Amino acid sequence: MLRFENVGLRYGMGPEVLGDLNFSVEPQSFQFLTGPSGAGKTTLMRLMLLSLRPTRGTIRVFGQDSAALTKDGLTTLRRRIGAVFQDFRLLDHLTTYENVALPLRAMGQEESGYRAEVVELLRWVGLGDRMNASPPVLSGGEKQRAAIARALIVRPELLLADEPTGNVDPGLARRLLRLFVELHRLGTAVVIATHDLQLMDQFGFARRLVVGDRKLTIFDGLPP
Amino acid sequence: MNEPIVEPILAVEPEHAFETRAPLIPGDSVAGRALVVVIAIMTFLACLTAGAALLVAEASQAWRSDVLREATIQVKAQAGDDVENLVSRAVAIVAKAPNVESAHALTQAESEKLLEPWLGAGLDLSQLPIPRLIVVRLRSQGSEDLSTLRSTLATAVPQADLDDHRVWASRLGTMANAVVTLAAALFVLMIVAMGTAIAFATRGAVAANREIVEVLHLVGASNAFIAREFQAHFRRLGFRGALIGGLAAIASFAIASLLSFWWAHSPGGEEIAAMFGSFALRPFGYIALVAVCAAVTLLTGLLSREIVMRHLQKLQ
Repeated sequence: MLRFENVGLRYGMGPEVLGDLNFSVEPQSFQFLTGPSGAGKTTLMRLMLLSLRPTRGTIRVFGQDSAALTKDGLTTLRRRIGAVFQDFRLLDHLTTYENVALPLRAMGQEESGYRAEVVELLRWVGLGDRMNASPPVLSGGEKQRAAIARALIVRPELLLADEPTGNVDPGLARRLLRLFVELHRLGTAVVIATHDLQLMDQFGFARRLVVGDRKLTIFDGLPP
Repeated sequence: MNEPIVEPILAVEPEHAFETRAPLIPGDSVAGRALVVVIAIMTFLACLTAGAALLVAEASQAWRSDVLREATIQVKAQAGDDVENLVSRAVAIVAKAPNVESAHALTQAESEKLLEPWLGAGLDLSQLPIPRLIVVRLRSQGSEDLSTLRSTLATAVPQADLDDHRVWASRLGTMANAVVTLAAALFVLMIVAMGTAIAFATRGAVAANREIVEVLHLVGASNAFIAREFQAHFRRLGFRGALIGGLAAIASFAIASLLSFWWAHSPGGEEIAAMFGSFALRPFGYIALVAVCAAVTLLTGLLSREIVMRHLQKLQ
């Protein structure tokens, strides 16, 4: 599904911020991406989302070399990936409903065709009474849930979530994590970036990708 | 989601109406309002130029038509000539010529009235060698028959000189064409200036909405989709600007038309109307102004789409 081969990234002429990354994300897998703050978790997530180009190595997404993708090919691939960003990246001038419906709208679908689906998902994540609210008036937790709903609305084959529980209380965090686990059971590959060790310990079956010291270490399950 | 994966986190059942398809590019911004003002001013000027060109072209057509359907015969009597006899003979010859609708010899009084604006009223002009004029009305514009008529007149009444106004009409035509060409050049310059303003505004809008463009890319929007959104945004701005500028121009021509109607009924109004036309646009003129506004709206949308597409291709 997603394969990194000798991938490295540097900004400009500076040193490599990430180097020799070799790993893959298999279909229907579940993994946490963790590491200390500033280690490069968000950068690695951006590489996986193809919003950054590696300075060396190959990234293959759904079997295709990302370097050989056309613009249309990149757009088509992104429609198979759901992303939850650390800073939510909701559009402030749109309502919660419009933000969640955005990926479907971007695919050119008619509003009448997806309206019920979006409403149901919003109720599902507890934003049924906030559909007409715009992001600036939402709480951090509400924004987080709206961002998650936007990532899920397209039923992605791969879900990338950057600190998706960082702004919610522990109870809601566990429920959101359970939501990701259920998605994983239904066939979605999930990558969650977090530095919350307690949260990860609750899901011991998950693989851990640990970023640190400009490289990646992989643990299948709880690290020793 | 047809089948809920987990139970709803909160059980809330709101059924109130909500917004569903707001524009993806925020409409109300300082740059957007400034562009509306620029487009309104440019549309107003473009409409004025187009309307003025139409008025001049129309007036010039009317002048030329009138001038070329008329010829003038000057009878310059020498000492001892019987002027009235010469004029009668000339009128008789002209009246028989083909393509001549009518021939009217101006009386002494009518000739003196023509000179009044230059020489003043109340003068006895009978002692001056003023030629007598015969106004010839033709059935159609210009004709080879006039050369025959000219030679016939020269033989029968050598004191009569036929002027078919071709030189005057040609000068009028050249002047009018120059004015219309100048107006067309000004119109093109204004459209180019407006296009440049739109191009800058579009680049500014893409830069200002970089975050939105990035999010749209990340949720799987194609460049064509994003460009369409910008096109819709700028088409709305273009429409508002064109509407304001176009309505102002239409109102200006309507007021000018009313004023010219008022002038036409004032002393000296006929001369002004003869020289400059009526200042009144025909219905076709107003349709042309509406077409200019529609073209500005379309141009704004299409140009911004093209610029956004190019910008996005570079961005990726």
